[in-house]
Amino acid sequence: MQLLIQEVLAGLANGAIYALTALAIVMVFQAIDHLNFAQGEMATFSTFVAWQLIEWGVTYWAAFVLTVALSFAGGIAIERVLFRPLHKAPILALLVGFIALFSILNSGDGYIWNYTIKTFPTPFGTAPLFGSALLDGHQAGMIGVTAVLLGLLYFFFRGTRLGLAMRAAAANPESARLVGIRVGWMTALGWGMAAAIGAVGGMLIAPIVFLDPNMMLGVLIYGFSGAVLGGLTSPGGAVFGGFAVGVIESLAGTFIPYVGRDLNLTIALLVIVAVLMVRPTGIFGRTVASRV
Amino acid sequence: MTTPQQDSGPIAAAFRARARGAAWPTPRHWLLAGAVAVALVLPFFLQDFLVFQLTEVMIYGLAILGLNLLTGFNGQFSVGHGAFYGLGAYVTAILMSRYEVPYYWTLPAAGGICFVVGFLFGLPALRLEGLYLALATFALAVALPQVLKFHGLEAWTGGVQGIVVDQPDAPSFLPIGEDQWLYYFTLAVVLIMFAGAANIVKSRTGRAIMAIRDHPLAATAMGINAPLYKTLTFGVSALYTGVAGALGALAVQFVAPDSFGLFLSIYLLVGLIIGGMGSLPGCLFGGLFVLYVPNLAQEVSRGLAGVVYGVIMLLVIFVMPSGAAGFTRLVVARLSRSGRREPPS
Repeated sequence: MQLLIQEVLAGLANGAIYALTALAIVMVFQAIDHLNFAQGEMATFSTFVAWQLIEWGVTYWAAFVLTVALSFAGGIAIERVLFRPLHKAPILALLVGFIALFSILNSGDGYIWNYTIKTFPTPFGTAPLFGSALLDGHQAGMIGVTAVLLGLLYFFFRGTRLGLAMRAAAANPESARLVGIRVGWMTALGWGMAAAIGAVGGMLIAPIVFLDPNMMLGVLIYGFSGAVLGGLTSPGGAVFGGFAVGVIESLAGTFIPYVGRDLNLTIALLVIVAVLMVRPTGIFGRTVASRV
Repeated sequence: MTTPQQDSGPIAAAFRARARGAAWPTPRHWLLAGAVAVALVLPFFLQDFLVFQLTEVMIYGLAILGLNLLTGFNGQFSVGHGAFYGLGAYVTAILMSRYEVPYYWTLPAAGGICFVVGFLFGLPALRLEGLYLALATFALAVALPQVLKFHGLEAWTGGVQGIVVDQPDAPSFLPIGEDQWLYYFTLAVVLIMFAGAANIVKSRTGRAIMAIRDHPLAATAMGINAPLYKTLTFGVSALYTGVAGALGALAVQFVAPDSFGLFLSIYLLVGLIIGGMGSLPGCLFGGLFVLYVPNLAQEVSRGLAGVVYGVIMLLVIFVMPSGAAGFTRLVVARLSRSGRREPPS
């Protein structure tokens, strides 16, 4: 039982990162109807920026805030410069754009900061929480920060005019434009927020997996899985999906004998595909009806 | 319902040409014959290394053709075709190294096994659409290296070490080297498979496959058995990519789990998009892109290779958003319009 609780908590801690990544993916998906394959690399880049700031002597929280702000601006810049001109291109051309962005950021990270693995500080400490071995300070901090961020986002989308405008622009761009919402800028804002959320996720996971240009590759896979599992049309679902994937991965690795450790990723993905068989648009996804 | 768009593909053009009673060898046929003739004499004028690279271009082109049948013609999205490529490669490697099967017999075996696996994977895929299908295939691509490394299967797969494959020797009556022989062998296989694909696409089956892509509901209403065609297309697509993988194993003479990861699948997808969805010659252009552009990027700058590669990709899609095939079509249409007035069809 002790082991079960421990594994579930460890799964939740990793799941918090997957949930953040999934959320960022859903943010861009809502804005442009496409999966952002470069999400992980954007987050890694942001984390490197934070690392550099801390190296220059900026305190952790100042660097944190600064990085989030810079990432927000960077996300908007990427939308304006790269994806705005591709607005009308076929959907698969956009995909090449994402892969190109992925390649550029990944290789750029390596060029600027080289490929050696770097440690990243945590403000929460690594002492076991409440004197037990269940959860350490950083894991608890990760879950806490994720929860706060989710709360803020929920408030933003439900309680502010801008949030409402963004939802309108995503749900029905034509009508939104008719009532005076600047849909193009809402898209850019979605990109900026996705980049900022990604940055938070990157900075939270870096102390655990260490910082290098390929840090987010594995995380991105789980983030995607979480987003799709929860349903790409539902931000709350994406967060649930992210946590679920973390727990499934952790439990599969521990409790399935013989194959568990080697094939944990495979098993996690199998579970997801199995869930999709039953719910083809994700657990919380809307079914889109089409007209003939 | 929207009116169906006039298909401007090469096959449709050939069809129209024949319907108009044009002379049978159309300019397109001459072009094709010329290309094959050039391909046949090329190895005598090039260094072995270049011959080897061209072999790889054809192999990637064939793999992309498999993906094209599924994604370009049938509209089913796959981010995991590298898995079928890897499966085909492993079938060849295992048959050759463990059971000493001659290399040419491993191709049908690889194709057959991939067809069955692809068909079976197509069954659950029927329930998924768009990005959800992408995730399921993505899972395939991510899972394959892990499964290949799995210690329970090491007796066959050789685990992380992989398997070394012998390069096929040229038949003794031919005065050519191994690389050249492999080139001709690949060329023959690729020509046969492309001809097969061209025939599938222009047949009744091909029209059914494309109708499902354009409007699944309308296609079903017209009596097309969509689930059957979709799963069969999945199987045939996997077969094509699997045979390409088998040829790839012969060319590289080595298979290892990490050569068939997610990036292979992504490269194939990039090749498909840049070559042009739903275009057969575009696949070979995609193969050229997949093989040469990363090398080119390496040469421009070692440290910034990924950046250069990304920038080239971006430039290509900014210039030709519907791939090389769409671009060529556009150019040809512009030229013929400025040259003479085409009669309204």
